[in-house]
Amino acid sequence: MIRTEADLSPAAGLSVARRVTDRMRSGELAWLALLLIVALALSLFVGRYPAPPFLTPGRLVTDELAQRLVWSLRLPRALAAVLLGMSLAGAGTILQMILGNPLVEPGFLGVSQGAAFGASLSIIFLGNAAWLVQGSAALFAFVGLGLSYILAHRLRYGGWVLRLVLAGIAVSALFSAGVGMLKYVADPLRQLPEITFWLLGGLWSMTWTQLRAIVPITLIALLIMYRMRWRLNLLALEDATAFSLGVAPNRERILVVTAAVAATAAVISVSGIVGWIGLIVPHVARRLYGADARRALPAALLLGGLFSLLCDDVARTLLAGEIPLGILTSLLGAAFFLGLMMTQKIQRQP
Amino acid sequence: MSAALIAFQDVRFSYPANGRPVFQRLTLDIASGTATAILGPNGAGKTTLLHMASGWLKPQAGQVMLQGLPVGSYGRGELGRRIALVPQSEHIAFEYSLLEFVLLGRAPYLKPLEMPGPDDARIALDALARVGLAGWGERSIARISGGERQLVLVARALVQQPRILLLDEPTAHLDLGNKARLLALLRDLVGQGVTVLLTTHEPEVAASLATHLVLMRGGQVLQTGSLAEAFTGECLSATYGVPVEVAQVHGRQVVLWGDIPP
Repeated sequence: MIRTEADLSPAAGLSVARRVTDRMRSGELAWLALLLIVALALSLFVGRYPAPPFLTPGRLVTDELAQRLVWSLRLPRALAAVLLGMSLAGAGTILQMILGNPLVEPGFLGVSQGAAFGASLSIIFLGNAAWLVQGSAALFAFVGLGLSYILAHRLRYGGWVLRLVLAGIAVSALFSAGVGMLKYVADPLRQLPEITFWLLGGLWSMTWTQLRAIVPITLIALLIMYRMRWRLNLLALEDATAFSLGVAPNRERILVVTAAVAATAAVISVSGIVGWIGLIVPHVARRLYGADARRALPAALLLGGLFSLLCDDVARTLLAGEIPLGILTSLLGAAFFLGLMMTQKIQRQP
Repeated sequence: MSAALIAFQDVRFSYPANGRPVFQRLTLDIASGTATAILGPNGAGKTTLLHMASGWLKPQAGQVMLQGLPVGSYGRGELGRRIALVPQSEHIAFEYSLLEFVLLGRAPYLKPLEMPGPDDARIALDALARVGLAGWGERSIARISGGERQLVLVARALVQQPRILLLDEPTAHLDLGNKARLLALLRDLVGQGVTVLLTTHEPEVAASLATHLVLMRGGQVLQTGSLAEAFTGECLSATYGVPVEVAQVHGRQVVLWGDIPP
């Protein structure tokens, strides 16, 4: 152990304390936020009109069609991409912390598969009006969570977290069997493509109306996550310890998990299943900004928004036909994740 | 002996998962300002006793009283400012820095959405220094040894600035040097009026720190009393179910156990 005089004098101790907490407070996160805003602005110029990959600013001033395109298609879509990434990454961070397991994501609690089942059910039996499919998807996302929760209470194996994860896996499997059955009975010309596209995930149908429908709930949920960010550390502790630190572990966990699932349900109701963001982005955020959720959570929100936005830019620009966003996030996410895990180059900043 | 700070009154308790009661009618007083060691074989109910004293586990019958009022009648924050718990070990899934982790002990002093500031960080760094980890604030908790981790858990409890400190086998993973340092720290705390209640499997730890002993077996208190009354070969033999002798070496009490040569 190295002890220096600076460590032991009280005044120096205070200055170390200041330095450390100041750094926790803002620092590089502001740069990340700025980067996201710049990316959002640039995304408005990215696309296949008039020719891929860029629309020039000059053209935007003169071309009325370009203005309408940017205003009523690209802007709501880019904003939705940011919200989608933020919600999935935030929800992933929360679930990973509360379950004390860095390898879970919203899909683990029956949420994603529940939403997929709800959407498929609606497409086949209720019709494919957007509000019906989205409402049904959101409803079943919560049904998935609720079933996992009830089942976890009844399981007689392992601790609470293990039971919740096992219950979530079982519920997810149940719903994916249901989706399989629905695909089997679906009309192969009208309904099956709809289901398939929904399961692949994408934001091609995004309009201001759709965005307005999800913005309030998503923003409220994100705000709750953000304000609770330091307490997430406490909720990651074991029950008895959390209690001894003055925390109501179960009540506060239910609050943040509900926020996480509400945001997830809202965004995937319009986007379909978009995988991997909820798993890898929290990892990357912790690698870059440390484990303390006071910084890791905001970092995950910003990185998630950025990643989803950039993937969506590629999805709608690269090919003449759109690439489903879910395929891109899985492809890039998995590749990036493996790279990160194998190089170990990116270390926590000192 | 002053009035009981923590009092177990006819406490009955069983864990919901298995019906076997841990305590049938447990009655026990812990006096203010004492250092009490709970000794007993595995499964005697020592950890359960600490969790009940912290207010986390609630009795199915009887009462656990804190300064004359049921523990459950105190607010959570208030309990967190009075009582700190050092668990036996803790699963920590993420790579916190020691400072970040120890800062969690400030939670009972913060408003619901408030976050720790520089003053809290100073208290946390002081606590790390007190357990012998001065200057370790920025190290990763994933890269320290099991014994150092135990010291970190103690530091987090110190950050709570509690009047009552509950420790579950705090010396289990410590080397002799750290053990001596931790016992000295606990003695200091008792000197400052903190009430210390700890469980241990090492009778010498109890003998060198405790003013009072609680000997338990199978959920029952066999013997309580001052160290002089209860730290005898006879009482310890009855507690552990093996022959135990207490010898004096340089004025310190040493325990011989198992096959004791005649």
